[in-house]
Amino acid sequence: MYRYDTYDQRIIDERVAQFRDQTRRYLAGELSDDEFRPLRLQNGLYIQRHAPMLRVAIPYGLLSSRQLRKLAEIARRYDHGYGHFTTRQNIQYNWPKLEDVPEILAELATVQMHAIQTSGNCIRNITSDPFAGVAGDERIDPRPWCEILRQWSTFHPEFAYLPRKFKIAVNGADHDRAVIQAHDIGLELVRNDAGETGFRVLVGGGLGRTPIIGEQIADFVPWRDILTYCEAILRVYNRFGRRDNMYKARIKILVKALGIDAFREQVEAEWVHLRGGPSTLTEVELERVAAHFIDPDYVTLPGDDLGHRRHLAESKAYAAWVKRNVRAHKQPGYAIVTLSTKHAKVAPGDVTAEQMVHIAEWADAWSFGELRITHEQNVVLADVRQSDLYALWQQAREAGLASPNIGLLTDIIACPGGDFCNLANAKSIPIANAIQARFDDLDYLHDIGGIEINISGCMNACGHHHVGHIGILGVDKNGAEFYQVTLGGSQGNNTTLGKVIGPSFGAADMPDVITQIIETYVAERNEDERFIDTVRRTGIEPFKTRVYADRQPNRKVANA
Amino acid sequence: MPKLIRNRQIVEDARPVVILEEGETAATIALPEGGAIVPLAVWQARRDELLAHGCFGVWLAGDQEPRDLADDLAQLQTIAIHFPKFADGRGYSLATLLRSRFGYRGELRAIGEVLRDQFNYLVRCGFDALQPAEGRYTDTQLLAALGSIADFSEPYQVSAAVPDPLFRRVRRAA
Ligand code: SF4
Repeated sequence: MYRYDTYDQRIIDERVAQFRDQTRRYLAGELSDDEFRPLRLQNGLYIQRHAPMLRVAIPYGLLSSRQLRKLAEIARRYDHGYGHFTTRQNIQYNWPKLEDVPEILAELATVQMHAIQTSGNCIRNITSDPFAGVAGDERIDPRPWCEILRQWSTFHPEFAYLPRKFKIAVNGADHDRAVIQAHDIGLELVRNDAGETGFRVLVGGGLGRTPIIGEQIADFVPWRDILTYCEAILRVYNRFGRRDNMYKARIKILVKALGIDAFREQVEAEWVHLRGGPSTLTEVELERVAAHFIDPDYVTLPGDDLGHRRHLAESKAYAAWVKRNVRAHKQPGYAIVTLSTKHAKVAPGDVTAEQMVHIAEWADAWSFGELRITHEQNVVLADVRQSDLYALWQQAREAGLASPNIGLLTDIIACPGGDFCNLANAKSIPIANAIQARFDDLDYLHDIGGIEINISGCMNACGHHHVGHIGILGVDKNGAEFYQVTLGGSQGNNTTLGKVIGPSFGAADMPDVITQIIETYVAERNEDERFIDTVRRTGIEPFKTRVYADRQPNRKVANA
Repeated sequence: MPKLIRNRQIVEDARPVVILEEGETAATIALPEGGAIVPLAVWQARRDELLAHGCFGVWLAGDQEPRDLADDLAQLQTIAIHFPKFADGRGYSLATLLRSRFGYRGELRAIGEVLRDQFNYLVRCGFDALQPAEGRYTDTQLLAALGSIADFSEPYQVSAAVPDPLFRRVRRAA
C-alpha cells in the first residue's frame, strides 16, 4: 500500500497543527460555532447526540496492521472501546471529546492517517473496490489512481467550499464493487482500442433525498488528463451549483437542470483551457505511485490445498463459511477472506478494540500485514493462503468475526441512525439486529441466498437504502419512528433504485414484514432464481399484496 | 481606517467598498472622493469617469463573470471578489480564472466574510490582498492571522499561485 514520503507527512502534520490552533481559538471564543463548523467537519468532526463523532479517513479502504492497532488504541483511550466502519470505507468514533480531537489527529498522523475531508462540502475520501489488486475480474488496478486523486483532492484550495459534499469512486474490474453510478463522479478504468489506459467518466449520481444514477459524460479520458478533466467538472460545479437550497446543491441537480449534454459542453469548454496544463500527469508520477501497489511476494502454491479440502469435507460449519466469506484469488493457492461484522448482537460495522487487535494479528500472520474495509462494512484479508484458512476461521469464530453470511440477508448495511445521529428520523441498528435475530437459521439463510438489506435512519441515505434489494428508510410520523420499505434496488454494474411498496411500518412490525417479503419470494421464485431477479420479474405487486394483506393501510405513501 | 493584509503585510486602505443599495443605480450613485471599490455595474456604466478619476477598483460578486473584465484588466489596479459567506466558495474559482485564464496581475482582494482560516486557500487561488470585515479581528488577532497564510507549505496541487503540482516541483522518492 502507499507509504508517505516526507511531503505527505509534512502536509498531515501541518494539518494537525492547524486544527489544534483552530480548536484552541474555538474554545477561547475567538471562533464562532458557525465559523468553526466547516473547519471541524473538514476534519471529520460532528457534534452528535451524545458527544462529538469523529470520522477518520481510510483512503479507498486500505489499512495496515499497524494503522489498525493505532485505531484500536484510540478506541480504548478516547472512546468506549470500539469503532464503527462506514459504507464509505471509513471508521467513526462515537464518543471522543472535542478537546481531545487535536491529540487524536496527532496520534493518527504518526501512522500516516488523518480525518481530512471526511465530511463537509468538499471532495471526500475516494472509495474503491475492496478486492482491488486481487480480484480475478480486474482489468486495471484502481489503487494508484485513488492515491493520485487523494493527493490532488487533499486541500485543493479552489474546491474546499463547494455547494455540497462531493464523492468520487473508482472501479477497475468487470464487476463494479465501488457503486460508481451512485457517486458525484464515477470513474471506470478502461482501455481504448489502442490499448491505452483511460477513464470512462460518470457524473451526477448520488443517493440522498433525490436518488439519481450517474450519467456518462465522457467515454474515454486518457489517464494523463484525468486530473484536469476532474478539475473542469469541479469548476463548473463550484461556480454554478446551487447554493440557495442545500437539498438541491449536489452536482446531480445541476446536471439534471442543464441536461447532460449542456453540462458536458460547459465542462469541455473549461477543459480546453486546462488540458495539457501542469496538472497533466506524468509517467514518472504514475510509476512512483504504482510502485506502492505491486503484488506482495506470493509464493508458488498448488491451486488446491489438500488440508483445506479435507477440512471442507469434514466440517460443515467451515464449509459454510468458505462458501460465503471466501472468494477466489487471482493467485493460485491464495484466497480473499471477508470477516463479517454482522450478527444480531452488534451494530453492523461495529468492531471492538480487541477485535481490531486480533484482525491486525491475523493480517500480520496471514495476509502481508494489510487489510481492507468494504462498502458493506466488513473487513477483508485479501491475501490468505488456502492452507491458512482453517486456522484463521477458528480464530475469527472465537472473536465473533466469522458469521458465514457475506451477501446474505443478515449481512445488513446500516447507518448509525437514531442511536447516534442528530439527523435521524428513526433508529437503524435495532431494526438490523431484530431482523438478524429473526433470520438465525443458517440453512434457511443459505437457501434464500444473496439478499441485500440496506437501512438508513433518514433521507440522507448513509445506509444506501435506495440500492438495497430491500431498502429500509426511517421516517418520522408525527414524532414516532416508522419505516418505509423499498424493493428492487441494486448496486453494481446495473445500479437500480428500489420502489416503495406502500405505507410505512412501526419498528415492531419490521421482522414480520421482512419475513413476509421472503416468503413471497420463496413462493414466487423460479428454480435458482435470485431474490433480486424475482423482484425484477414479478414487480413489487405480489410482495405488496402479501405484506399488506392483513395490515390496514393507514397513511398515504410518502415519496412513492 | 479599514485594515487589510496586502502581500503578507498589514496595511490600511481608506477606499470604501461601494454597494448599490435598493433604489440606487449604477449611473447615478455618488462616487466618493479619493477613490473606492465599485460594483461591476458601476464600472460598466461609468468606465471613463472612473478612469479619469483614478484610484478605483472593481468588485465582483460570486455569480458574476470574470470574462466581463477581461478587456479592462490592464487598467485595473484592484479587483475585489466578494464573499457573502466564507463558506461560499465561488470566489476561489473566480480568482483562479482572473489569474490563470485572463492573466490579471494587479491586486486581487478578498472582501466580505474573509476569515483567517481560509487565508491559505485564498492566497493559493491568487488573492494577494485579504480584507476581513471591519471589526472582525483586533489588531493583535490580525497580526496572528498572518501565520495562517502559510498553513500548508508544500501543497499537492496546481493553483493560481502555485504553477506546478508537487510531482513536477520536486523529485519525490519512490
Ligand atoms: S442516513 Fe440519516 S440517520 Fe443515518 S447516519 Fe445518515 S444522516 Fe444519520
